[in-house]
Amino acid sequence: MEELLEILESLHPDVDYENCTTLIDDKILDSFDIIAIISEIDNTFDVAIPAEEIIPENFNSAKALYELIQKIAEE
Amino acid sequence: MQQTNVMEYLEATVLRVPEKVAFSDDTTELTFADVYSHSRSIGSVLHSKGIYREPVVVFMEKQPKMIAAFFGCVYGGCYYVPIDAEMPKFRIELIFQNLNARAVICDEHCKELLGEYDFDGEVLLYDSISSCPEDTLALSEIRDKQLDTDPIYIVFTSGSTGVPKGVIACHRSVIDYIENLSDVLGFNEDTRFANQTPLYFDACLKELYPTLKYGATTYLVPKQLFMFPIKLVEYLNDHKINTICWVVSALTMISAFRTFEKIVPEYLHTVAFGSEVFPIKQFNRWREALPNAKFTNLYGPTEATGMCCYFKVERDFALDEVIPIGGPFHNTEILLIKDDNTPALDGEVGEICVRGTSLTLGYYNNPEKTAEVFVQNPLNKNYPELIYKTGDLGRLNERGELIFVSRKDYQIKHMGHRIELGEIEVNVNLIKGVNMSGCVYDKEKSKIVLFYVGEIDSSELIALLKDKLPRYMIPNKVEKLEAMPFTANGKLDRIALLKMV
Repeated sequence: MEELLEILESLHPDVDYENCTTLIDDKILDSFDIIAIISEIDNTFDVAIPAEEIIPENFNSAKALYELIQKIAEE
Repeated sequence: MQQTNVMEYLEATVLRVPEKVAFSDDTTELTFADVYSHSRSIGSVLHSKGIYREPVVVFMEKQPKMIAAFFGCVYGGCYYVPIDAEMPKFRIELIFQNLNARAVICDEHCKELLGEYDFDGEVLLYDSISSCPEDTLALSEIRDKQLDTDPIYIVFTSGSTGVPKGVIACHRSVIDYIENLSDVLGFNEDTRFANQTPLYFDACLKELYPTLKYGATTYLVPKQLFMFPIKLVEYLNDHKINTICWVVSALTMISAFRTFEKIVPEYLHTVAFGSEVFPIKQFNRWREALPNAKFTNLYGPTEATGMCCYFKVERDFALDEVIPIGGPFHNTEILLIKDDNTPALDGEVGEICVRGTSLTLGYYNNPEKTAEVFVQNPLNKNYPELIYKTGDLGRLNERGELIFVSRKDYQIKHMGHRIELGEIEVNVNLIKGVNMSGCVYDKEKSKIVLFYVGEIDSSELIALLKDKLPRYMIPNKVEKLEAMPFTANGKLDRIALLKMV
């Protein structure tokens, strides 16, 4: 989780990722951020997020995103 | 008679297909009859208020009505200036100062936002003015006096001194652009566009005016979909979209995640892209997914009305090759000019300069900046003739195709947006607690990287910067330094900064 927060904070250091659950709904993340996050996750965790998982629900909070990474890593 | 007004497109089409949908965003849709009657009502209201031959700000959320408001300004003999509800306040204030506009057309949401600004002119609510009775006589008098050299719109682009520049374009250059673009891309009445670009840039000309010309249909794609590749392709299929003119980053967002293994755009046959280099690996994925589609690279500066060059991608490219800019549209010439004002020959590098009707009128209320880049053609000493210096360096390859080489200055293209790094620096330096800053662009990772010296911490700096700059200009990475690197002659050392990225 630490590493994921680091990735997210490098994009928007002013966002409280531990508590925010509306990263997409409140337009905090834009398409550039999503692309950057996905490629950083690939670099850091060696996890390639498939297109069908790139949906709002998985990116609305750091927690949801972390669960997604774990799910894919286990598969 | 020869066409001299962009509204002639709409007037011919509304007679042919009045009930067809022109513009839709899934919440509202406007038929050609709606667009016609709304825009003529708005033109009549502007006339009744004595607003004529001046800028009218259109401050609305992106929606079909915003487009009809544009045309309303043209009917009123004015020129529209689109402003986006999501632009930061500081930037909007700079634009208002530059324009000195007397009227703003807005929706309910933006009318509230407008309360924060020091604006004491006419505030016209779209829903109130779009159904007023049409003053046919006044509109026809306005039309009689309208020339094809009269302005239609002003769009603002990044300025290196921190102040955005308003590019002002006229009927003639827009008509020239639409005719030639339509020829190259083969638009027709069955064209179904999915618009990606914001309405406050000239990029949307590609959809708006061909829609009027052919009686085609444009769907405004919800911005959020550009984060979610599968949903985006589903949208294209649901709306039977056959034509897209998107920035490269919107296209690579789909291909990079192997979306095509799950879903393919079924109706798409025409794909135009531009503003950035299309990585060949990603391009090949598109071509494999759509083997029968036509792909066209477009190139052009806002100052030359949208796009002025094109290249139909019909041969294969190696992974390390760059897709050429190609050659100019009909009725436009590209000159490659070296620093000594002589033409670049035999593959030499020169500045890409544009000659022809496609030139806009210049920068609004800014004669100094206009004179720097709209200059006398150095190859013609005999009569007045302006060319536009793009600041892009290019050369011809062995096939005679124009290739983009680099920029002369610190302008970059980031996610399809044209940005002056200097504008970011000026705004960072205005923040209390910043002593000095320098911005560079990490091309490989497509990141704007900001370095600064000062007491403020980076999260606070970013938060303050978001009030000053549009979202796409906010640095993607910020680093605080003890001291800035300087070159021997005391200038900020950008090469040293790039090495620190």
